[in-house]
Amino acid sequence: MTEKKFQPVGAGVRKKDAAALTMGKPVYTEDIAPKGCLCVKLLHSPHAHAMIEEIDVSRAQKAPGVACVLTYKDVPDVRFTQAGQTYPEFSPYDRLILDRHLRCVGDPVAIVAAQTERQALAAMRLIKVSYKVLPAVLDPMEAIDNETIIHPEENWRALVPSCGADNKRNLVAQGVDEQGDIEAELAACDMVIDRVYTTKANQQCMMETFRAFTRMDTYGRLEIVASTQVPFHVRRIIATALDIPKSQVRVVKPRIGGGFGAKQTAVCEQYPAIVTMKTGLPAMLVYTREESMTLSSPRHAMRMHVRLGAMKDGTIRAIDLHTISNSGAYGEHGPTTVGLSGHKSIPIYTHNMKAFRFAWDVVYTNTMSAGAYRGYGATQGLFAVESAVNELAHALDMDPAKVREMNIVREGETMPAYYGEIAGSCAIDRCLARAKEMIGWDEKYPAHTMPNGHIRAVGMALAMQGSGISGVDTGAVMIRLGDDGVYNMAIGATDMGTGCDTVLAQMAAQSLDCSVENITVHGVDTDTSPYDCGSYASSTTYVTGMAVVKTCEELRKKITRVGAKLLGIAEGDALFEGDCVREADGERSVSLTEIANAHMMAGVEDISACVSSGSPISPPPFMAGCAEIDLDPLTGEVKLVDYVGVVDCGTVINPNLARVQTEGGLMQGIGMALMECPTMNERGRTVTNSFLQYKIPARVDAVSVRVEFEPSYEKTGPFGAKSIGECVINTPAPAIADAVYNASGVRVRDLPITAEKILLGDRE
Amino acid sequence: MMEIRFTLNGRAVTAMAEADDSLYTVLRGLGISSVKCGCETTNCGLCTVHMDGQAVLSCSIPAPRCEGHSIVTLEGLQEEAKALGGCLADEGAEQCGFCAPGLMMNVLALAKENPAATDEEIDAYLAGNLCRCSGYMSQRRAVKKYLAMAAGEVRA
Repeated sequence: MTEKKFQPVGAGVRKKDAAALTMGKPVYTEDIAPKGCLCVKLLHSPHAHAMIEEIDVSRAQKAPGVACVLTYKDVPDVRFTQAGQTYPEFSPYDRLILDRHLRCVGDPVAIVAAQTERQALAAMRLIKVSYKVLPAVLDPMEAIDNETIIHPEENWRALVPSCGADNKRNLVAQGVDEQGDIEAELAACDMVIDRVYTTKANQQCMMETFRAFTRMDTYGRLEIVASTQVPFHVRRIIATALDIPKSQVRVVKPRIGGGFGAKQTAVCEQYPAIVTMKTGLPAMLVYTREESMTLSSPRHAMRMHVRLGAMKDGTIRAIDLHTISNSGAYGEHGPTTVGLSGHKSIPIYTHNMKAFRFAWDVVYTNTMSAGAYRGYGATQGLFAVESAVNELAHALDMDPAKVREMNIVREGETMPAYYGEIAGSCAIDRCLARAKEMIGWDEKYPAHTMPNGHIRAVGMALAMQGSGISGVDTGAVMIRLGDDGVYNMAIGATDMGTGCDTVLAQMAAQSLDCSVENITVHGVDTDTSPYDCGSYASSTTYVTGMAVVKTCEELRKKITRVGAKLLGIAEGDALFEGDCVREADGERSVSLTEIANAHMMAGVEDISACVSSGSPISPPPFMAGCAEIDLDPLTGEVKLVDYVGVVDCGTVINPNLARVQTEGGLMQGIGMALMECPTMNERGRTVTNSFLQYKIPARVDAVSVRVEFEPSYEKTGPFGAKSIGECVINTPAPAIADAVYNASGVRVRDLPITAEKILLGDRE
Repeated sequence: MMEIRFTLNGRAVTAMAEADDSLYTVLRGLGISSVKCGCETTNCGLCTVHMDGQAVLSCSIPAPRCEGHSIVTLEGLQEEAKALGGCLADEGAEQCGFCAPGLMMNVLALAKENPAATDEEIDAYLAGNLCRCSGYMSQRRAVKKYLAMAAGEVRA
């Protein structure tokens, strides 16, 4: 084996699209829309639950500039799900593009398309609707078997009935996973922490709201250009919703202004799509921030009942978790998100575990439909289980770090609560030790009073996630050798700002021993890109990354074969050396440029490869986080002074991008912990409908966030890598909650942790 | 509709606007794609441009008020912004990039107003530029590097 000339893996190279993004180039959906696109607007339901009795659009249709006004009478009676998941989706087929039955405030009543936004809005005011208002189910605790049925329709369909969906009972999913005799083990424990924790329907708040434009292409097919994480799923979803063959739909993904899971749901694509189908004209819908806050795909609000059984010495013997998840008016991601609340929290405490039980109910209510948000249920479950572990430590008068050190999963252990997978690469112990050092845990725990009367305190939490969906997620990569030896790489994975175009190019450059600049990357077009389920579930680095490695292996063989042919030697006597193919025991070589140019003449041999990859396992990344807060006991105001995160994501492919992923995820977790408070009024209307009411962290809200890596080596991953995208959002809520307890004696079990809750809470 | 005449990136332009159109709407209409809208409530900073040398939110400037004024967007500062863009890229701080143009415009204004800004001053000056991807730390590192680099150039 000759020495490598290039070492792109592990280098903090710039993102390939950095220059375009920083210099304000027109690369996003709205920037590249054709001139004269119709402006599409939605009329939203004012009621949480209602039937349309009458709708009169005759005046609106005649208004200036109006191209069409569509109601439930104009759409196919075919139910679908907006959830971007591999077919057959766990999410039930419970939607129409427009429905006479309105199930939440904001549910679309009519679609208006006009030449300008002003005209569309003016026409919308001319639509006359009379509603029959129905009793609304707003409380998820009252949903199951309520006499009000949210989806009574006969054509409601669950494609995967084993998930326990039953529309007649307002159930999206129900189930239980267990091992051992949980009741007997809990009874045998010295102590059981029995608590209920709740989390809210947080908004992803990507800076670019939902948007898409559509047009008929040269071949008479529907082209959708959308800000989406799941172009291939959007193709299927829209074809199903419009009741047209999938061959008639093409989806293109330009640059995306952030996603965080929000755009794993086809929130808006169907509306311009049906306008284009009806009118033949290009159409664009850009959600307002208000629409993005009130009719989108936020986190599932969950109520988690934890019973954590332990012995006096601190060994954790049993965890029982019951999660109730509010899916809202539709079932998008309902059956799947809930699973992570247990499967990505309980396994952390595998080491001494004798039994566990994880049960769940996912319910329909007349609230905004939930969806996918970074962490995808794990964030909620980890707030509950990690808080319970902290509460256990306090009850036993032990250091929470010590309790964790005793109980955390060790590398090589089988995790029964994680589908029986083995922790093949696991540095959670090193993450914990390093996080403690960085924050100065032993000196600072639990709290001390400052000269100004404020209290400084620390808190900690652990987290895990997965790397793709085992046995489901698929990524394919195609690489072709082009002029002068450049490699053209086509991927179906969607860079949404995370930098996966670049990270995957680094892997290809490593495998092909060339510079990252020698790999061109082409983003997603469902007509030309190889299939990829999309960028979600922390899958891209691990799943699509492995496809890169496999594709490169095949490509190297082909290049070697052609090189050997040109040298006039046997294939076995030739070596691939990145910039050339060389005679194994000789001096002669043929350059990559010569090989590339030769294969473009007289049909020598096509040099391209396309390999798909998936994984039967989903190796968890692990992380430890510690918070230091400053609490004003007079007002209850909490300021985050410092947050440290130490991550085991396996091999770090690009340290800059991995660091920013971590810092960004932590900040979202900090927002969820301290300020983001989605709120609904008694009539089911979301009142936190702008950045004035829904506060996300600004740069003055966290003085210091520090990140380090403690890599393990995942042998099933590309170059030893696992995932990073989601794991990093999970620790702040439980860590900050415990710091607040250490400072104030008040245990907040209901996010967010506000000054009011601290000041008015009971001291324990 | 009314006619508005102003200077855009050094060139005289005439635009048609309704009385209640914002500068943001007019700029997008003129094909200026660097300005973005992330909210409707003047919270996000994505639409920041320079008006007579001052950083302003273009969504909050009624278009008719631009009559006779000078407006500069990132399209007009491509050379000046290159070094700052490079600093952001070296940290991976641009991420999705949607907030980048507004941030760049505000940092360029900061560099003129307070070239020796401390961490606190940087955070306070840029507090109105929201970013959901980065968690801000990488942006702070990039801005510090840029300010140091710009100061070095002035000395040299």
